[in-house]
Amino acid sequence: MLLDAIIAFLKVGVIFAGLLTAIAYTTYFERKVVAHIQHRMGPTVTGPYGLLQPIADALKLLFKEQIKPSGVNGLFYNLAPILSFTAACMSIAVIPVGNWVEIGGRKIQLIISDLNIGILYIFAITSLGVYGLVLAGWSSNSKYSLLGGIRSTAQMISYEVSLGLGIIGVLMISQTLSIAEIVRQQSGSILNWYFFKQPVAFFVYLISAIAETNRSPFDLPEAESELVAGYHTEYSGMRFSVFFLGEYANMITVSAIASSLFFGGWNGPVFPPVIWFLIKVVAFLFIYVWIRGTLPRFRYDQLMRFAWKVLFPLGLLNILVTAFIIVLRS
Amino acid sequence: MWKTLSTVFVAIPKGLSITFRYLFRKPVTEQYPKERPRFEARYRGLHYLTRYADGTERCVCCGLCAAACPADCIYMEPDERPDGTRYPKIYEINELRCIFCGFCEEACPEEAIFLGHEFEFSSSDRDDFIYTKEMLLANYDNIERDRVAKDIKPMIRQERFQFKKPALPITH
Repeated sequence: MLLDAIIAFLKVGVIFAGLLTAIAYTTYFERKVVAHIQHRMGPTVTGPYGLLQPIADALKLLFKEQIKPSGVNGLFYNLAPILSFTAACMSIAVIPVGNWVEIGGRKIQLIISDLNIGILYIFAITSLGVYGLVLAGWSSNSKYSLLGGIRSTAQMISYEVSLGLGIIGVLMISQTLSIAEIVRQQSGSILNWYFFKQPVAFFVYLISAIAETNRSPFDLPEAESELVAGYHTEYSGMRFSVFFLGEYANMITVSAIASSLFFGGWNGPVFPPVIWFLIKVVAFLFIYVWIRGTLPRFRYDQLMRFAWKVLFPLGLLNILVTAFIIVLRS
Repeated sequence: MWKTLSTVFVAIPKGLSITFRYLFRKPVTEQYPKERPRFEARYRGLHYLTRYADGTERCVCCGLCAAACPADCIYMEPDERPDGTRYPKIYEINELRCIFCGFCEEACPEEAIFLGHEFEFSSSDRDDFIYTKEMLLANYDNIERDRVAKDIKPMIRQERFQFKKPALPITH
């Protein structure tokens, strides 16, 4: 009993620490890749190849003054970044990092909690993240923040629908909500990956995931050219950086879900499962950064039309076709 | 819907392939304080006054550079050597007024003034930017030492032009 608790604590500690490190180095990765796309060098000064840049950034943000504008709603102003970061980090709990490992005769699964409703849990938690942005926009007492908050609400609610529709395609053929079980179903051959059974669902999921995490080209809630910085305009110092940690945590989570649901998670030859999982997540993060380095921002009406007139029907159509095939097969 | 899908599946992959190719090209960044920037030969930096191979300055103080200068930053006073050749007693360039247009080197009939590649001559004192004749000649000496060390052929005539008859001394 005590041992179980210790193991659970260890798993939480290791995965959370890993997530935080991953967030820090995702910023470095993003800066480097975007820089090279634009023929620049990216960070080079701090440490070899600028590898200490995330640490320098974190220290700088910690020591910066936290300016709190007058007229803010104190409670929600402080709560908003915490809420958005916590929600972003919580969903990593149901994602399997690797297969079972045997330590001293005990079988330990490399997942914080193998919930049998893992996907529902993820939907619930990612929806909570919107509250952080909305509260930030509202409590800042600033028109730019408010507009950013409203935009993010509309955008995230719209894209959550198609995000869900994308995942439902996978659920229908896997017949389970547990992510660990879905990953296990994809083991064996590369052809067992659900990407090959549900390419449309993957396409819908990938695009909605980019929009869901407010990443370019769907970064309208923080469109610099129109809204100063969007919902975090009035935030500075560590409060501001907590929002950014949340955004990157979301990126990592969404990449991890994509690799688990569509690309077989930790399944793969030669390397240990954890390495395969990391390779897949990094590949997705690269796609994110690559798209950011390529596409300009959508206009707001284009964004909404794309969600409701393209992704939503496409997701529904995919479910319909999948259902037909399942019925015909049984 | 179909139009949007064609954008997503044709136009966007095209854009992505371009950025992917760019990802592997060499960055064009010059790491300036760490490495010297690359200059074109025509770059116009700090001026220098050239000398002949015998060490005498070329400038004859004709005043064409000062006349050509749109910023009016060149000041000179002429004098005469015992053999009757002219030289500038005072030759000053105010580098703060100078706009580095290069008209002075175009105007010069004696190939005496040029704009070099030196650009790091900042100072916290305005007076330091009045470059006297000695300083401008010293700039040339530095460049010339570099040229000799690198064994590059000189671009300009090295000998003073000799008149068949000695020049008449100026009578006042």
